[in-house]
Amino acid sequence: MSFDAERARKDFPILDQSVHGRPLVFLDSAASAQKPQSVIDAVSHLYSRDYANVHRGVYELSLRATLALEGAREKVATFLGASARDIVFVRNATEAINLVARTFGRVHVGPGDEVLVTHMEHHANIVPWQMVCEEIGARLRVAPIDDSGELILEEFEKLLSPRTKIAALSHVSNALGTVNPAQEMVRMAHDRGVPVLLDGAQAVPHGRVDVGALDCDFYVFSGHKLFGPSGIGILYGKPERLEAMPPFLGGGEMILSVSFEKTTYAGVPHRFEAGTPDIAGAVGLGAAIDYLESLDLDAVAEYERELLAYATERLREIDGLRIIGTAAHKIAVISFVLDGVHPHDIGTILDQEGIALRTGHHCAQPLMERFGVPATARASFALYNTRSDVDALLAGLRRVREVFA
Amino acid sequence: MSELRELYQSVILDHNKKPRNTGEPEGANRSAEGHNPLCGDRLTVHLVVEDDVVRNVGFVGQGCAISTASASLMTEAIKGKPVEEVERLFDSFHELVTSDPTAEVDPTRYGKLAVFAGVREFPMRVKCATLCWHTMHSALEGAGQPVSTE
Repeated sequence: MSFDAERARKDFPILDQSVHGRPLVFLDSAASAQKPQSVIDAVSHLYSRDYANVHRGVYELSLRATLALEGAREKVATFLGASARDIVFVRNATEAINLVARTFGRVHVGPGDEVLVTHMEHHANIVPWQMVCEEIGARLRVAPIDDSGELILEEFEKLLSPRTKIAALSHVSNALGTVNPAQEMVRMAHDRGVPVLLDGAQAVPHGRVDVGALDCDFYVFSGHKLFGPSGIGILYGKPERLEAMPPFLGGGEMILSVSFEKTTYAGVPHRFEAGTPDIAGAVGLGAAIDYLESLDLDAVAEYERELLAYATERLREIDGLRIIGTAAHKIAVISFVLDGVHPHDIGTILDQEGIALRTGHHCAQPLMERFGVPATARASFALYNTRSDVDALLAGLRRVREVFA
Repeated sequence: MSELRELYQSVILDHNKKPRNTGEPEGANRSAEGHNPLCGDRLTVHLVVEDDVVRNVGFVGQGCAISTASASLMTEAIKGKPVEEVERLFDSFHELVTSDPTAEVDPTRYGKLAVFAGVREFPMRVKCATLCWHTMHSALEGAGQPVSTE
């Protein structure tokens, strides 16, 4: 099998439009990816034919909705190389991290203990830990990165101590695109008895992830970055980890029996899914995974690598452009700054050219500080982007140079 | 494209490149910090207020062209003005950048600040233009709390 991006592009109806009179060039998939027609259809089909609340009614529609939801769980599990009972539906990666911080974290982290993160984390993998550390009197430690945006592995290893109760690490950096040697990091941590949570929000859209091979204790991602709907996310946990965790939110769905004296909680994964879940979101995510499984994912990854190389080379043509994040192993994300032009101005001018690209701190302010910039412009590519999108970006950046001449 | 030209007028580009009244003026007795969490931009406005007159003003910070030029032009607009008039300018500037983009702008009312009328076409950028004004306002009121655009 091979991969044809021009053909894949046609599966995403939103891309076929003009913005400010120019063909839309969408370069912000790292923030949220667009949806193929099959995902839109799956959500629409559920609401038009199969919708009712799940796990409740004995009637046909409730059964169909329940099968659709649990079917989606199976698909996610297969996609990650896990089994369905290890998969918890949450709202997004942020909620998944908060869940682990508030349950696993609160049980295992004590006063004087440490939680280890890296300098390239998204705020979502900093703040929940910071909150728990503050509450408990524990300490957040930060593994440093080098000037290319790569984690300094020796330093990371040194920071793993008997006090470290969990390492929460990004698999792939959202702002730099750096792919971390996750397997090696997990091994280092496990050698010292430290459990690991991997934030896979930016990793899953760009290649196969096998939680078994990674051997991580937790893996989290958001459905909307994986071409699925917004509002659905995934927490994977090793069964023995999930089993040992107390509930997160209380309510319906997560119980076995309730009396005013005592409530018995449901088993995993339902113990962590209080209330009616985002049924349509889960079904849409299942459809997104079906879509990805219909492609040759290795060919997609190879295609994106070539696109990244092309875009990197072309961007170097622009005078005064500096790429932030030049790790040897990257996903197709390019953060950059332009001499004398603030990223926000770049964003506004490119928008007028029909180009959607993210500007700002990318929810990674400590990382921006590390590189001494308040913000960057970030072009992020997905399987539906092509070389002509890169060429449009180049033309747009020349226009920025003209305006700010 | 003409909208872009409206936004990035030469006056704005000039003030972005060479912002006026930067730094903390001597004898500053009021100051406040402004913060735009959307882009991470920060700005501090320092004022020398005597006898209800803004005798001097300066700003420190880093931001986009709109926010830098707005801060620069604001300092020129309020320097030497009675506090009461500065407060009026604050209100009318806000009115200017949030008014209907099709509405005529009276140049005699806004003077040089009229160049920011172009911001009306870019709702995502209005906060860039108003951050310095809110910060200055907070400094005048002596609230001491950092201002946020959110």
